[in-house]
Amino acid sequence: MDPEDGERMMDGSKDFNDTQTGEQKIRNFNINFGPQHPAAHGVLRMVLELDGEIVERADPHIGLLHRGTEKLMESRTYLQNLPYFDRLDYVAPMNQEHAWCLAIEKLCGVEVPRRGSLIRVLFSEIGRIMNHVFNVTTQAMDVGALTPPLWGLEARENLMVFYERACGARMHAAYFRPGGVHQDLPPELIDDIETWANGFPQVLDDISGLLTENRIFKQRNVDIGVVTEEDIQNYGYSGIMARGSGLAWDLRRAQPYECYDEFEFQVPVGTNGDCYDRYLVRLEEMRQSLSIIHQAIAKLRAPEGQGDVMARGKLSPPSRGDMKRSMESLIHHFKLYTEGFKVPAGEVYAAVEAPKGEFGVYLVSDGSNKPYRAKIRAPGYLHLQSMDHVAVGHQLADVAAIIGTMDIVFGEIDR
Amino acid sequence: MSDALKELGGLLEAKRPDCVLNWDIAFGELTVNVPLSAIPSFIEFLKADKACKFSTLVDITAVDYPSREERFDLVYHFLSMYTNQRIRVKVAVREADMVPSITDVHPSAGWFEREVFDMFGILFSGHPDLRRILTDYGFKGHPLRKDFPTTGYTEVRYDEVEKRVVYEPVSLTQEYRQFDFMSPWEGANYILPGDEKSDEAKG
Repeated sequence: MDPEDGERMMDGSKDFNDTQTGEQKIRNFNINFGPQHPAAHGVLRMVLELDGEIVERADPHIGLLHRGTEKLMESRTYLQNLPYFDRLDYVAPMNQEHAWCLAIEKLCGVEVPRRGSLIRVLFSEIGRIMNHVFNVTTQAMDVGALTPPLWGLEARENLMVFYERACGARMHAAYFRPGGVHQDLPPELIDDIETWANGFPQVLDDISGLLTENRIFKQRNVDIGVVTEEDIQNYGYSGIMARGSGLAWDLRRAQPYECYDEFEFQVPVGTNGDCYDRYLVRLEEMRQSLSIIHQAIAKLRAPEGQGDVMARGKLSPPSRGDMKRSMESLIHHFKLYTEGFKVPAGEVYAAVEAPKGEFGVYLVSDGSNKPYRAKIRAPGYLHLQSMDHVAVGHQLADVAAIIGTMDIVFGEIDR
Repeated sequence: MSDALKELGGLLEAKRPDCVLNWDIAFGELTVNVPLSAIPSFIEFLKADKACKFSTLVDITAVDYPSREERFDLVYHFLSMYTNQRIRVKVAVREADMVPSITDVHPSAGWFEREVFDMFGILFSGHPDLRRILTDYGFKGHPLRKDFPTTGYTEVRYDEVEKRVVYEPVSLTQEYRQFDFMSPWEGANYILPGDEKSDEAKG
């Protein structure tokens, strides 16, 4: 017999403490949530400290999708940088491009022609619906429903077809350009968008019929992840995270950009600030976006809505016809796509109400053809940061519901 | 909009003359330059003052100017949802300076300051958890500094023999392309190859 075993004999010499093994001592349990977890909405590694099933601490580790976008942008021209914005929040790509275009236009003092502006509004709202329909239904999947994502993604696919018909790409559009949009829309596409918009309320009713009064869905979402007005200020929330708690803050209304000031829409707000309210706000926002889409289509068809879609000048390419006949146009085209245009020195911050919240670009120009520094301010970055604050005290299963309702997409958070 | 910002700029200068170095309005945005010593108190003032109420922190970032002695510009953006105004606060920072953290005033500053530390190497004093955030575990260097190469120093690949991911120095099959966009008509100072001695021959 090993002498050390003899010392551990249960002979009562240690006040019987030796009967308490390590397993009986209660300690908190640390688990890794992700990086490969279907409910993490991407590559989120979250270290969770659990007391039983209750979350005591949440430490999100981000950066697993970091691509160095901001560094890359410093060595590329303004136009070459535009497609990087599609790859940030890849759920609603055009809304990100919008912020970049607005920043450049602000520095250059370029006025976007009315038709270009209307098309931008139209596609921003299509992007918003794309995002919300995706988020609402995948969040439902996180809490256990399987049918909604199948229906939601079908609706999303229809919208991607409109993206493709406008610009040639389903997701990475590069359609919004400094000075307007790249190409005009064919009238048939506008007709088809209208037909789709007429039918979409039925899809929304179907999804809402599945979820809104669903007992399980409500049990998993009501009173989960409650956000107060103080939290909104402290953690820098924007978008749905702010509106779900009753703060009617919408950049489209508060600081109108593009031509949003001439559109009629309501800003839906929640009352309790929980996951369920945010779900309801998203549903209602899709209906409001539909109304904006209808208005934009009507304006595009009106005589005032005709004309060019891009401010013609240094920022935009000449027409193909001009290039065939005019040497100057040919030189301009060549210089635009090789050297790019120069942006006057200065610094601006331009923000748009992206589907996830305030998406901003802080652009520092030194007067050359490349940005000296471009900082991308993503709404999800701040939302995810507050995970520790929001998730503590909830059960492990609620973490998935909260991540879903925060609308986390790693493209924009990791950059 | 611009009038309100002018009023706000004047108000800030009058109320906190020790903090405001100068302010200006460009492109409809108010920028206030403050010294490093003003940092926690001025931001607390912006949040608490009734006329400002800049209670939302929008962004913290930095810009690197390697030629300046105060190498970095630390840039804070704030938003007031109550007065519907934005403000930009800029601080010039030396490489060795410690910047007081504003996490006590704005808890949302935590990750922004971690990111600035990660990307630029600016240290924040009083930050509860100043770790790297976006770069790899065990990463060296500060990528957004202008003297950091875009390609980085190391690359990773999965090694079939060692059955793990290995780090190696970057090897480029093609030189990283840097185009010269300086126009010869706008002050470029070119020396043609073989023409270096033309001035000596003349003079």
